[in-house]
Amino acid sequence: MRYDVFIAGYGGQGVLLAGNLLSYAAIHEGKNVSFFPAYGVEKRGGSAMCTVVFADGDTGSPVVGNPSVSLLLNQLSFDKYAAKVKQGGICIVNSSLVDVAGVDLPGIEIVLVPMNQIAIEMGDVRMVNMVACGAYIEKTGALKSTSLEAALKKALPERNHKLIPANVKAMEAGAQAARD
Amino acid sequence: MKQVFNRPESLKDVATHFCPGCHHGTVHRLVADALDDLGLRSQTIGVASVGCSVFLYEYFDVDVIESPHGRAPAVATGAKRARPDRIVFTYQGDGDLAAIGMSEIIHAANRGEDITVIFVNNTTYGMTGGQMAPTTMPGQKTSTSPNGRDIRKDGAPFKMAELLSNLDGVAFSARVALNSPKNVLNARKMINTAFRYQVEKKGFSFIEALSSCPTNWGMTPLAANQRVTDEMIPYFPLGVYKNTANL
Amino acid sequence: MSTAAAEKIFIKGNEAVAMAAIEADCRCYFGYPITPQSEIPEYFARELPKMGGEFLQAESEIGAINMLLGASAAGVRAMTSSSGPGISLKQEGISYMAGSELPGVIVDVMRSGPGLGGIDASQADYFQATRGGGHGGYRIVVLAPASVQEMYDLTMLAFDLSDIYRMPAMVLADSVVGQMKESIIANPRPQTLLPEKKWVVRGRGEGEAQNVVKSLHLGDGEMEAFHWQMQARYQELADKESRWEEVQTDDAELIVTAFGSTSRIAKTAVALAREAGMKVGLMRPITLFPFPQKAYAALSERCKLFLDIELSTGQMVDDVRLSVARDADVAFYGRPPGAGSLPTPEELFEQIKKNYRAVA
Repeated sequence: MRYDVFIAGYGGQGVLLAGNLLSYAAIHEGKNVSFFPAYGVEKRGGSAMCTVVFADGDTGSPVVGNPSVSLLLNQLSFDKYAAKVKQGGICIVNSSLVDVAGVDLPGIEIVLVPMNQIAIEMGDVRMVNMVACGAYIEKTGALKSTSLEAALKKALPERNHKLIPANVKAMEAGAQAARD
Repeated sequence: MKQVFNRPESLKDVATHFCPGCHHGTVHRLVADALDDLGLRSQTIGVASVGCSVFLYEYFDVDVIESPHGRAPAVATGAKRARPDRIVFTYQGDGDLAAIGMSEIIHAANRGEDITVIFVNNTTYGMTGGQMAPTTMPGQKTSTSPNGRDIRKDGAPFKMAELLSNLDGVAFSARVALNSPKNVLNARKMINTAFRYQVEKKGFSFIEALSSCPTNWGMTPLAANQRVTDEMIPYFPLGVYKNTANL
Repeated sequence: MSTAAAEKIFIKGNEAVAMAAIEADCRCYFGYPITPQSEIPEYFARELPKMGGEFLQAESEIGAINMLLGASAAGVRAMTSSSGPGISLKQEGISYMAGSELPGVIVDVMRSGPGLGGIDASQADYFQATRGGGHGGYRIVVLAPASVQEMYDLTMLAFDLSDIYRMPAMVLADSVVGQMKESIIANPRPQTLLPEKKWVVRGRGEGEAQNVVKSLHLGDGEMEAFHWQMQARYQELADKESRWEEVQTDDAELIVTAFGSTSRIAKTAVALAREAGMKVGLMRPITLFPFPQKAYAALSERCKLFLDIELSTGQMVDDVRLSVARDADVAFYGRPPGAGSLPTPEELFEQIKKNYRAVA
């Protein structure tokens, strides 16, 4: 099985950390991983994005034109990338910052998760990326939540390990919101 | 009978390609003397440059790396960093060191690389046939300054021994001449000191040797020696410009 | 944690280069900062001193390549890295190293150009790398990694080939494989049989003959003899060291060919084509010099249509055309460097469909 996920948002929303986290979780499950911080003129202007591909076999192209899943954390990336999600794919949207009204994307499942709001409720808006990761594994089942917990130890510097329990809670809240 | 004068072991028993009256041969001899005196021949790496000094390996009986034009101090840096227990010296002319290689010499000196640089200043590009060098003197006629060096247009000659002495990494910087027995004896002492400082890991050591180039100056060897006294030494004064032992 | 997970490390392509170099006993690194390869010097700056090695940030790209020349001449495994504008400056030193038959590894993490260009991915330095790049007529080993694992493995191979064939070796990467992170296995240094470096300038020692490393050949016939000797060496290199990867070429009616990161995108495009029932394969050269000419020739005996894909306006396509049989066609699809975004597998699949129709 080959999974791909595209993550985009503002610089500061932890987009690259989210990508790293999913990567470490996939490695934890013995998969091959390709993490590609996206390149191009788009990255100027404060946007951050990355693509993660993981598979039991060859990861193939690190560049994905039509992702099967996209995590879009702000309006700009939603406007630009939502329509690129492939037919039958999932678009997980940070509804705290994104207005999807009037947007019609046939064949793409749109999942609204108020990520900022949840993160704030969990104690820190910076955990928006954790909420997104939680929603991702809930919707896709691509990775186990225990793998994400293990990944936190790898992806976070040692001095931040005390924050892991809070991050795990944020992921659980993201998963819960995606379920509802 | 006691032999009082012979060929240094660090030099090969071959004839050089240098022109009659040229001081390169003398500088070679003095460097070889220093290597012999300090017992360094078997552990020395010479770094040749581009110009009349390119045939270093034909004359010195030491291992030699030939480097691109001006890059000898960078090549020497690489060799010394790779083999810090060896003695590494470069031998460069004025075009090589003070024009195309200015960046390499300044930075190697500033890093205080534990190498010795022998800089032969004869105020011209010898190998290519007497063009204007960065040390060509004001008013001096060369094939590319037919009306004499115009310092308003070409800038003034670089005084390398003084310039490098300002850098903290430099342990020893001196200017010597070779146009009289007295100057040669003094040069021998200075070159010896420069290599000794490297042995003692004191840092970068630099010798600027004022040299004649009778062929490109259009002079007899004797007249060329006289020019060193009359024109060069007043402009490029001899002496020790930096000696960390005296600081 | 499973065993498989324990063996793998998750690392950036640029870091993998430096890590592999240290494993390959590279003990001197000289470089100058330039995007997108700065993780390489940063890794060396951190790790090389721990191994008793020398990291030196040079005053210039020219300084760095000449320091590499000096360290290599002194017999120590050494390397430098840069990107287009810096690699151009290094060409003088690379030519001297080639002329002096010196080993040494140069990593080029390509960015777009010409001039200052941009920092986005490009494959437009293919000509510069595979044609020697500097003056005088010479070639260097050129290896093209397509994954972080290959950034690691091919860096180690570059040191070995460089030592065996006594010529500089270049790892020709790009900003995609440089910046990408993948899970890799940090293989130990292979036990390659290497020739003794009798030519090394190390201080001649008592009683040993003088060693000279030089590129000046003024003697009668010397220069010519040097060139014929190098030509023979390039031939030996081509015979013994050509490397490539073929994917589903056996029954292919169209063979896509690409190198480096572009080949990764092409591989997925080929998979899309296979899913659609099209007989499409992939030919990926791993050594760009020596170019695997014989492998292309053999493929073109069966398959008469190739589609060369590059992140440039077309450079490797010349070598492909020179290698295939006369009755084989080579189509080209490329993007100029600095187009702002990378081709996607879907985009390349469209190109495959367009050209496949021509076969069918």
